[in-house]
Amino acid sequence: MYKTIEEANEAIVERIIASRPHWIDVCLAKEVVAPLKEGKKLLHAGPPNTWDKMSGPVRGACIGAALFEGWAKDEKEATKMLESGQVEFIPCHNVKAVGPMGGITSANMPMVVVKDQTHGNYAYCNMNEGIGKVMRFGAYGPEVQERLHWMHDSLAPTLKAALATLEKGIDLTAVMGQAITMGDEFHQRNIAASSLLLRQLAPILVGLDINKAELQKVTQFLSVTDQFFLNLAMAHCKAAMDAGAEIKQGTIVTVMTRNGDQFGIKISGMGDEWFTAPVNTPQGLFFSGFSQADANPDVGDSAITETYGVGGTAMVAAPGVTRFVGASGGMEAARRISDEMSEIYLAHHMMLQIPTWDFQGSCIGLDARRVVETGITPTINTGIAHKDAGVGQIGAGTVKAPLACFEKAIVALADKLGIKE
Amino acid sequence: MIHAFIKKGSFQDSVSLMIVSRKLSELPDVEDVSVMMGTPANKTLLKTTGFWHDMFDEATPNDICVSAKAEQADKSVIETVAAALEEALEDIAKGQKTGSQLTTVHSWRTAMKKNPNANMLLISIAGEYAAELADQGLDSNCNVMLFSDNVSVADEVALKKKAQSKGLIVMGPDCGTASIAGAPLAFANITPEGSIGIIGASGTGIQEITSQVALHHQGITHAIGLGGRDLTEGVGGISALTAIEMLAADEKTRVIAFVSKPPAPAVREKVIQAMKRHNKPIVALFLGTKPEQPKEGNIYFTRTLDETARIAAALADIEDAKITAPKVAGKKIIGLYAGGTLASECAMLLSEEINVPTDKEHAQGIMLNAEGHKVIDMGDDFYTQGKPHPMIDPSVRNKFITDLSKQPDIGVLAVDVVIGYGATNDPATSLADAVKVLREKRTDANPIAVLATITGTEEDPQGRSKQMQILVDAGIIVMNSLPELVQLAGQLIKPHPEEVKATPAKLLEGISVINAGLRSFADDLQANSVPVIQYQWSPIAGGNQKLANILKKLI
Repeated sequence: MYKTIEEANEAIVERIIASRPHWIDVCLAKEVVAPLKEGKKLLHAGPPNTWDKMSGPVRGACIGAALFEGWAKDEKEATKMLESGQVEFIPCHNVKAVGPMGGITSANMPMVVVKDQTHGNYAYCNMNEGIGKVMRFGAYGPEVQERLHWMHDSLAPTLKAALATLEKGIDLTAVMGQAITMGDEFHQRNIAASSLLLRQLAPILVGLDINKAELQKVTQFLSVTDQFFLNLAMAHCKAAMDAGAEIKQGTIVTVMTRNGDQFGIKISGMGDEWFTAPVNTPQGLFFSGFSQADANPDVGDSAITETYGVGGTAMVAAPGVTRFVGASGGMEAARRISDEMSEIYLAHHMMLQIPTWDFQGSCIGLDARRVVETGITPTINTGIAHKDAGVGQIGAGTVKAPLACFEKAIVALADKLGIKE
Repeated sequence: MIHAFIKKGSFQDSVSLMIVSRKLSELPDVEDVSVMMGTPANKTLLKTTGFWHDMFDEATPNDICVSAKAEQADKSVIETVAAALEEALEDIAKGQKTGSQLTTVHSWRTAMKKNPNANMLLISIAGEYAAELADQGLDSNCNVMLFSDNVSVADEVALKKKAQSKGLIVMGPDCGTASIAGAPLAFANITPEGSIGIIGASGTGIQEITSQVALHHQGITHAIGLGGRDLTEGVGGISALTAIEMLAADEKTRVIAFVSKPPAPAVREKVIQAMKRHNKPIVALFLGTKPEQPKEGNIYFTRTLDETARIAAALADIEDAKITAPKVAGKKIIGLYAGGTLASECAMLLSEEINVPTDKEHAQGIMLNAEGHKVIDMGDDFYTQGKPHPMIDPSVRNKFITDLSKQPDIGVLAVDVVIGYGATNDPATSLADAVKVLREKRTDANPIAVLATITGTEEDPQGRSKQMQILVDAGIIVMNSLPELVQLAGQLIKPHPEEVKATPAKLLEGISVINAGLRSFADDLQANSVPVIQYQWSPIAGGNQKLANILKKLI
């Protein structure tokens, strides 16, 4: 027990900084997430959600998963089944997992396995499917199904075999430490980290005893999937935040996530209790043919990157995306955003030094007290999904976490500690 | 009818919003638009000014309340106003984007982290929040300038007492003008550096004295504002007393000008006593009162701002000259004048200054001859028999000057230099030569201070400034007028006692500012190379008192 909130928060920050999550394996979801072993269950992003409240792209992803698992033969049948309540929904965060956008993960989908070598805890995330019509943005058509099966049949076992050759897996913090100096902020931009990852994997992959055509397909996929590292960054951040959350005191935000309807957070002093508020809709730039009016409300567990202190918080690290995510004004605006964010985080991570920030480390330790005090809410870099099921990604931008959930968490903590106003 | 809407969670300072209000009021279809943050005080104001709408009950101090008076009932009015508001807010944001890279922070904690050496907190946020922020500033050992008004007397007293106990000063509330170590705080004028320190309960009073001082070719060290209530019975002049101590201890400040409305009698007494404790000349203007006597010890009482500035400037001239003058051993003064009227005035002023009688007889042109002091009109017939007037031929006076080598008790020589048509074409050089001879004959142990005035204009054939330069180069001190010259002469033979060395206030050595509120103040400071951080203040927890109280305890 720590005597003060300050002490508890310091201890949490220390644990987050000390954590060294490594990518050690690729497994099917049912192999690492016990509840998925039997029955019809789907993991989803955000705080707990139900079918009737799910937004279009999340529903689309559910349909995609139902088709992938063979629970239904077509969209109509899948929808009927989902509507009838036969499928149980579990937030990824409840099972040490995270999932981008819809975050829909079913039993036979492969997940990356990340282990914090310092504290021994694990975190999981599904694998990045690339861009275009992808399930995480709510697309579920034939090309989506085809890719999901290829990932299950070919990509996952290949990567599993490659990782098996490494004693401790791949040190993700080390990759991020390099990539942040190359312009990644690990939410909107992961191209440097994805490239560094492929650079580490390439010599291993070519040494594997597999079909050359398969190998060519896997390396081809990795070489063009700029956001491949995002899912690893998310698992990395989840592992680090879970390590910090072991200290069940203080006011550090350990989870920020969205389900397309509600934005949910957890804070260290309130354990697993969710605090939610209606989500905002991201603002940003759109692919031609789409506009703000088509944008789905904010969705996805990827805000775990901002919970940790990268993503929108580290905007200054990624001059390449500052304009894309709506930071008009370029570098100066990006710097201003990061400076502003540093007012609600307690420390800086010296493993993740940002050259464009005078080598200041990225932020660590989001303090809910400071959010409430200043009214500064985390800026989250995010992809934008079409609000209708089946369309997919239509743009990218930024979104603000709603203040209300931080206020609720603070009030609840005060109540728990017997603090009267 | 009233059309209204609320823009949630978007704090702007009140001045920005006043500008926006004016802009939006120019829209067609509306009569008048009011844009305000939803603070309790503003809500009352909205009610009294007829802009109230019941939806404002829901507004927090972090929400912008927009109210438009218009004839038409159509809701499109709101859309027009809302669009114009967004545009105006965007313009404000754009303004903040361009220009220099002013460090902007959103919490006091970050402000102190980014500028741990800050010693001045300039506050221009809404009055109802100002006192709490000022208190926070004092806790971090910052002096405070409260530009904000609507701060209660009780808060003012508490803040000023706290400042006093920590060796700090609180300027204000409602203090619009100050200038510390060359740094403009809120309203201030760019003035030459000089030796006059100003203390003022009135902002424009400080500005007028400052600019008048500049007109008199003098400059200022610091201008310390007090706020209009400082000298009332309730506040008791706490900051006025601190300001007097600060300027008295400041080496560069050699003259102090003080301006305020008439203080409460008890406070006046305290202030006067404080002024008297120091040796520096102080010019005091209690606006609206007619001084009973022009001078009391080191205090000069004045009636108008310009008079205050003029006297302060003259005193500063004298103080400046004193620095260049030698420390004389001989304590007698002699005046050798070419001009009869000048001699007469010099005698009159000197008799007052050193309290000796003038000569009634004027035999041999002697206008004053008392206790070893002398003033002689060298144009008197006695000296011009068979000789030209000293304005044409200075040889007689020059002889008198060189002969002063035999009078070791004379420490100060006062002379006039009259130029213009008819006068010799270079009287300054002739005088300078004579003074040079005299100085060569005198030893360093017995120096003589030569003080001169010049009668004549720049356009005269000899040229006023050219003549002045020759005198200055010869080590002759040139004063603007005879009264200044005489005062200086008096002080050279009987200087003020040395000021007791007090600890100088750190603040006056240079300031580093945290500006909470109007951004333009920070821009001005930055333009003057003053270290400054913009604290983009907004109410703690968006003005939610319950949350703010919880946060205080969640530590």
